[in-house]
Amino acid sequence: MLDCGLVKSKCRKKFLKSKYIYTGVRALLYQSIVQNYHDFVVERNLDLCINCRVCERQCSYLVHYWDENRQRVMHDSSKCVGCHRCEALCPTGAIVIKRNPSQFRENSHWKPWFLKNVYKQAEQGGVLLSGMGNPQPYPIYWDHLLLDASQVTNPSIDPLREPMELRTYLGSKPDALEFVERDNKVNLKTKLSPQIKLNYPIMFSAMSYGSINFNLHIAMAKAATELGIVYNTGEGGLHPDLYKYGPNTIIQVASGRFGVHKDYLNAGCGIEIKIGQGAKPGIGGHLPGEKVDAGVSLTRMIPIGSDALSPAPHHDIYSIEDLRQLIYALKEATEYRVPVSVKIAAVHNAAAIASGIVRAGADIVAIDGFRGGTGAAPTMIRDNVGIPAELALAAIDQRLRDEGVRNKASIVIAGGIRCSADVVKAIALGADAVYIGSAVLVAVGCTMCQRCYTGKCPWGIATNVPALARRQNPEIAKRKLVNLVRSWGHEIEEMLGGMGLNSIESLRGNREKLRAVGLSEIELDILKIKPAGR
Amino acid sequence: MTKKIVIDAKGIYYKELNQQIRKFIQKGYTDFELLNVSGQRYIATGLEGDYNFLIKGVAGQDTAAFMRGPYLRIEGNAQDGLGNTMDAGKIVVTGMAGDVLGYAMRGGEIYVRGDVGYRVGIHMKAYQDKLPVIVIGGKAGDFLGEYMAGGILIVLGMFSQDKIAPITGRSLATGIHGGIIYIRDGVPDTQLSFNLKVEEIDEQDSVLIHKYVSNFASELGLDAEEIMDARFIRIRPKSHRPYGNLYVPN
Ligand code: SF4
Ligand code: SF4
Repeated sequence: MLDCGLVKSKCRKKFLKSKYIYTGVRALLYQSIVQNYHDFVVERNLDLCINCRVCERQCSYLVHYWDENRQRVMHDSSKCVGCHRCEALCPTGAIVIKRNPSQFRENSHWKPWFLKNVYKQAEQGGVLLSGMGNPQPYPIYWDHLLLDASQVTNPSIDPLREPMELRTYLGSKPDALEFVERDNKVNLKTKLSPQIKLNYPIMFSAMSYGSINFNLHIAMAKAATELGIVYNTGEGGLHPDLYKYGPNTIIQVASGRFGVHKDYLNAGCGIEIKIGQGAKPGIGGHLPGEKVDAGVSLTRMIPIGSDALSPAPHHDIYSIEDLRQLIYALKEATEYRVPVSVKIAAVHNAAAIASGIVRAGADIVAIDGFRGGTGAAPTMIRDNVGIPAELALAAIDQRLRDEGVRNKASIVIAGGIRCSADVVKAIALGADAVYIGSAVLVAVGCTMCQRCYTGKCPWGIATNVPALARRQNPEIAKRKLVNLVRSWGHEIEEMLGGMGLNSIESLRGNREKLRAVGLSEIELDILKIKPAGR
Repeated sequence: MTKKIVIDAKGIYYKELNQQIRKFIQKGYTDFELLNVSGQRYIATGLEGDYNFLIKGVAGQDTAAFMRGPYLRIEGNAQDGLGNTMDAGKIVVTGMAGDVLGYAMRGGEIYVRGDVGYRVGIHMKAYQDKLPVIVIGGKAGDFLGEYMAGGILIVLGMFSQDKIAPITGRSLATGIHGGIIYIRDGVPDTQLSFNLKVEEIDEQDSVLIHKYVSNFASELGLDAEEIMDARFIRIRPKSHRPYGNLYVPN
């Protein structure tokens, strides 16, 4: 390090003598003030580092570089987004990514987050952009809910010994069933509405091809098929190679109507009208032209390199009546063969809106809470708009019951389901099934760095750059997804069995099986559950 | 081989009417004449193939949504959502059409003799050899061609019921990032927003307009040369990336 000091002091002398001192100072100082206020620091243990340059190849943000003079790998922490890819792949474990310990004076109002954002906006003048779901410390209701278990009075069930039913059907259920008896056989007379059959009450949430790459779409399609569940295309159309997974695919129709045509509508086992998304309720989406490569262009049916702008609303839906019109246009276009879902973000009046959606003829209502992920959302929206999925779910289930229309549609909850216990709690709160999105990405390596919108995801997830996308092998990714859902399935069975239930149906909306800790009376009333101890 | 059937739609609920049509299609019918249509929805919605429809009366909401191929001649008016997300085919309306005509339309042609409502041609897009075209003989309401990403909109303003309204309404083509709008006799400056490039047409445009105006005229028994005998202007987006510089990473 001594030589560095020398170089510096030489420079300094020269610099001070320079006749361009003022302009020189300016040139030197013209560096963004946020540049050194970066969020992460790379720590390289020089005893362990073997200069193999793996980190340099892995980091798509060009943090690590080869220094010819020093003949070793160096890094520029200011560019690091904290994705941990280099750390995960360093063969000697020489790298640790840490939070930048540099501290501003304590101020619980002006936290560094706000300071840094103001600096950036003052300098660049734009809307702050983020990825993934709301990361702010709002209450997480899942963590205030506890499950019941049988003791003495009703025996618990061991799922390893006894059959346990996780099968779930999504779609409109009749008000009553009628049967006819013929030749000593009882047959169902009531005509059932189309249903989506799930072996687990779990589906892979809408993530468009474009926001994540094709390898992961193959993985989701194959995993869903193997598991007997479904994945959702998102608003990016459907690649011709994936039509064969149609029976396990929900196809999405959103405001941009990208890649929406007759074959697409008829390709899946269900159609979802996307009204809103938990991460960015009330606003549309902009897939930048850079991400529209040949494959994305093919499925979205827009020219290569053109921006894909999804307007905030569907411009043919300005009311519940209009929504009904689109629901039935889709039913007509598919000759009533598949259920139609309507997905909304969890917002203040979610319960009333959901009631309207059911009355508009939707077979499934999907609600996305504010923890739900996204490839890109304005930070202020992501962090400040919408309500927790848990509260919206409880309110919607209750409202539909009170109005006597709960059977007319299934409820699917999305937005921040992290583990099988969240799934069980969601079902006890009234959901028929859950969507998992972020968990799918985490299963294949995502570290929630929240920089998906750069298109440079070092984990090969939220990127279409071929060299990065190759980091996801569809077969390996599929295996991980199958493992994840199977293991959650086992855990759900264990929890059900513990409660003395042998079917997920018996848990649905069964709030007796939930107790709350640390919630106010109003929250308990909304969730319609008792406090622990009562 | 064409095989024709006449259906009197009077008093038939839309679901039943569309089911009937699908059944006849299965039986090999290709040409349909629908009489007394009074707002039945979704006629020819999601329909693919070489079919001809003559619809007499008022075609209902979302007629020809997601349609790919058929030819529809509507002798009368059409309600909202005609040609919604249409992929291919041709629609002629001898009267007027309602709101959201040709929303997110990707291909095919729509010719309306009279006025059209609000939000017409929103998010029209072109792809490869698909080029959606809408020709409006009358005037258009607010938000014409918003978010337009491709295709051609031609507004003539000639066969309007409304003597007072400007040829197009407010928020003309906001958020447009592709495609072209042609307007006969120009449009008042007050209707134009800053993101638009408004120019006189050139030779190429003239050829293009002539082509679609001729189709329009021949479908509707009008004189193409008379329609062409006027000044047309061309409206295109100033930027193909209207939201390109909006964001700061955080
Ligand atoms: S790979 Fe990720 S964690 Fe490692 S330096 Fe690059 S951005 Fe930072
Ligand atoms: S998908 Fe990639 S870019 Fe997005 S949060 Fe996960 S690791 Fe980061």
